[in-house]
Amino acid sequence: MSNKSVTRRGVLKSGAVTSAGLALPTIFTASSAAAYTNEPTGGSVTLGFNVPQTGPYAEEGNDELLAQQLAVEHLNGEGDGGCLNTFTSKALKGNGILGKKVEFVTGDTQTKSDAARASAKSMIEKDGAIMINGGSSSGVAVAVQGLCQEAGVIFMAGLTHANDTTGKDKKANGFRHFFNAYMSGAALAPVLAKEMGTDRRAYHLTADYNWGWTQEESIVASTEAMGWETVNTVKTPLASTDFSSYIAPVLNSGADVLVLNHYGGNMVNSLTNAIQFGLLDKVVNGKDFKIVVPLYSELMAAGAGENIKGVLGSMNWNWQLQDEGTKAFVKSFGEKYGKPPSNSAQTCYAQVLLYADACERAGTFNPCGVVEALEGFEFDGLGNGPTLYRADDHQCFKDVLVVRGNMNPTNAYDTLEIVEITPRAQVEYAPDHPMFAGGELGKCNPGA
Amino acid sequence: MLGLNKKDTSLLIVVAILTLLAPFILNPFPSDSAMAQFNAGYPDLMQRFVIFGIFAIGFNILFGLTGYLSFGHAAFLGVGSYSAVWMFKLLSYNVIPAIALSVVVAGLFSVLIGYISLRRSGIYFSILTLAFAQMSFALAYSVLSNPKFNLTNGETGLQVYADDPQILQGANAPDLPHLFGLPMRATYTMDVGAWSFDFNAGYYLCAVIMMVVFYLAIRIFRSPFGMMLRAVKSNQQRMNYTGLNSKPYTLAAFVISGMYAGLAGGLMAAMDPLAGAERMQWTASGEVVLMTILGGTGTLIGPVLGAGFIKYFENIFSKINDNVLHSWFAFLPDGLEDAVVFIIHPFIGKGWHLTLGILFMLVVIYLPGGLVEGGQRLLNWIRRKSVGGDDTREGKTEPAE
Repeated sequence: MSNKSVTRRGVLKSGAVTSAGLALPTIFTASSAAAYTNEPTGGSVTLGFNVPQTGPYAEEGNDELLAQQLAVEHLNGEGDGGCLNTFTSKALKGNGILGKKVEFVTGDTQTKSDAARASAKSMIEKDGAIMINGGSSSGVAVAVQGLCQEAGVIFMAGLTHANDTTGKDKKANGFRHFFNAYMSGAALAPVLAKEMGTDRRAYHLTADYNWGWTQEESIVASTEAMGWETVNTVKTPLASTDFSSYIAPVLNSGADVLVLNHYGGNMVNSLTNAIQFGLLDKVVNGKDFKIVVPLYSELMAAGAGENIKGVLGSMNWNWQLQDEGTKAFVKSFGEKYGKPPSNSAQTCYAQVLLYADACERAGTFNPCGVVEALEGFEFDGLGNGPTLYRADDHQCFKDVLVVRGNMNPTNAYDTLEIVEITPRAQVEYAPDHPMFAGGELGKCNPGA
Repeated sequence: MLGLNKKDTSLLIVVAILTLLAPFILNPFPSDSAMAQFNAGYPDLMQRFVIFGIFAIGFNILFGLTGYLSFGHAAFLGVGSYSAVWMFKLLSYNVIPAIALSVVVAGLFSVLIGYISLRRSGIYFSILTLAFAQMSFALAYSVLSNPKFNLTNGETGLQVYADDPQILQGANAPDLPHLFGLPMRATYTMDVGAWSFDFNAGYYLCAVIMMVVFYLAIRIFRSPFGMMLRAVKSNQQRMNYTGLNSKPYTLAAFVISGMYAGLAGGLMAAMDPLAGAERMQWTASGEVVLMTILGGTGTLIGPVLGAGFIKYFENIFSKINDNVLHSWFAFLPDGLEDAVVFIIHPFIGKGWHLTLGILFMLVVIYLPGGLVEGGQRLLNWIRRKSVGGDDTREGKTEPAE
């Protein structure tokens, strides 16, 4: 005996409620009609510049920001046009991209993966950015690259030197203009052999994180290939500021070369400690003791001051290069900001131009069209000579510079002198090279 | 309702309404206007509001009730994130197992750290927790990410790769975190005139979870167990002299708040499948302390407000750059415009820390009870203004305690 009665009205009511409940999730999946994430509909297109504005690489980030603003000016037809005049692809007309005025938003990565992803997400979700450019750390680059792949926008990496960015962490929506640790090793080895001989004994101090390891691996491999012996490799905690306790054992190890796989403030401190211990004045195994810093930047050179005199390292680009692209860029950057650009600034500038050019050639902002236009793209006129964006791993191939701390700098900006411009062929490698193995490029993701 | 008194019920209802209608409340400006810069209603930031709300609610159970100031709570957040991402890597992109495991692992981890750290109180306890958190950070950043035993993937952060096992991942399940097929990233955008509002699946999952744990926190605050914790705060020595062993209570509070942190970490990974070591750094631990103090220590709603306040500054103020300023003040004569921009410049963009610091000082000096005290004072002031009216008391906006 129950008093439950089924009425027509009751059935209809509960039926309506149930179906509304079941249908609710579909309002989330049925997204707008756009063909891809953040399709620009108005008269402008928004680019996102995600660089460190606070934290250890803030100075580098701000330099990148200046260069990117300059690139936007040139794209919109303001200023002297910079590298648009020297770029071999003539698709860009100085009227924005595909006729749309270029606007930009900025974010602070704080050199932390989490913060970088948060700021990239807010640029994509809130400001409608269609590509993310810049950054100054490999960890951040890999993290943001993954995000852009998921969200369906293009990522151009900025300063990132670890092999992993276009190795095991490569993504279809991401491209890297910067060189990498393998290339540093390949470019440095012949110069080291020439300057120091082929029977040296090397001691490595390495920053204890991903980038440090890949660089150590690369340098060890390329120096051992030419006959050097690796005495020891010591990992130093990233937060160290005093390296004295790591330098002292070097003297007793029988090594005659010290390789510092450090970057930024780490490198400035470890190099300073090494000089204080008088390493460079020592004679070991009948040879003069030498120090090598595989990855240089203008910022580090300025920070280390006197200490870098004569120390060898490698670089992606330098403002003292004499090709047309470099001269045009250095001229317009110098006229606007009163100083020469750093190599990370040049990277970010070139990437904005390359992205814009790829959109023009593809005739669309759709990430898949852009990826197709950039894959296997060969060009010249943006500095570093003829350049290739390889389709297999989205790594850029161009000449690499070997530089030395200038013995007699004449002003604050020529702290480094170019020793050799290593031709592209010498730093090329197969896409399935063991140091880059694992990981898949996947398919381009247009989002939406 | 639900075993709560009238006041708490109305507080819960207010919180529920605020979180469910957040997409409207946080987007008050038309999307094309200059003020749109201040809109906070986009999915990522809304998710952060509630996730850090959960983190701060949990922290407040320990700090607000027992007075034990933990400076290492970010370790549990990080551990939660790592567990969640490992679930994505091993099982599938479904968020349920990931969130469940993150709570469990963070709970176990907090038993371990709590058991040791709670042997001391006061500043020694804070330093112990800080030491453990920095140890966890160092482990995650380099030690546990060497090529031979890669648990955390170091600086890059733990991510899901295409060649991970994902044994339960269905053939046509979405290739990103989802709840039984509903992607966390899915967003429905509603355009009303010049306004646009985003309804994000991930946000609503977090919001529902936050309401559940907020309810739990109310129950803990009002329970005899909560009373014991308050007794620890007011005079632990006297409590011990009466023959009560306070340690199980403090450890329980520590573990509960560790599990809250783990839950927040798991949700963060569920919204964005990457776990970075910086999540464990001492700055992250300090942030939750700031959130709690800014909002109002020991109050129910305070930590949530504080979390929202700090995250708003971090994400909105840090993105205002000089170009934006120039466009705001373009109506002024050139020289004056530059002068105004020059004055404001240090407080925006990378200077957001400075603005936040000044506001934090003001709050601590003039409103020791945090934002909640500010709200109470405002309410009292309004009440005094409307003298003579009938009983104008509206229990629902009155903060707990």
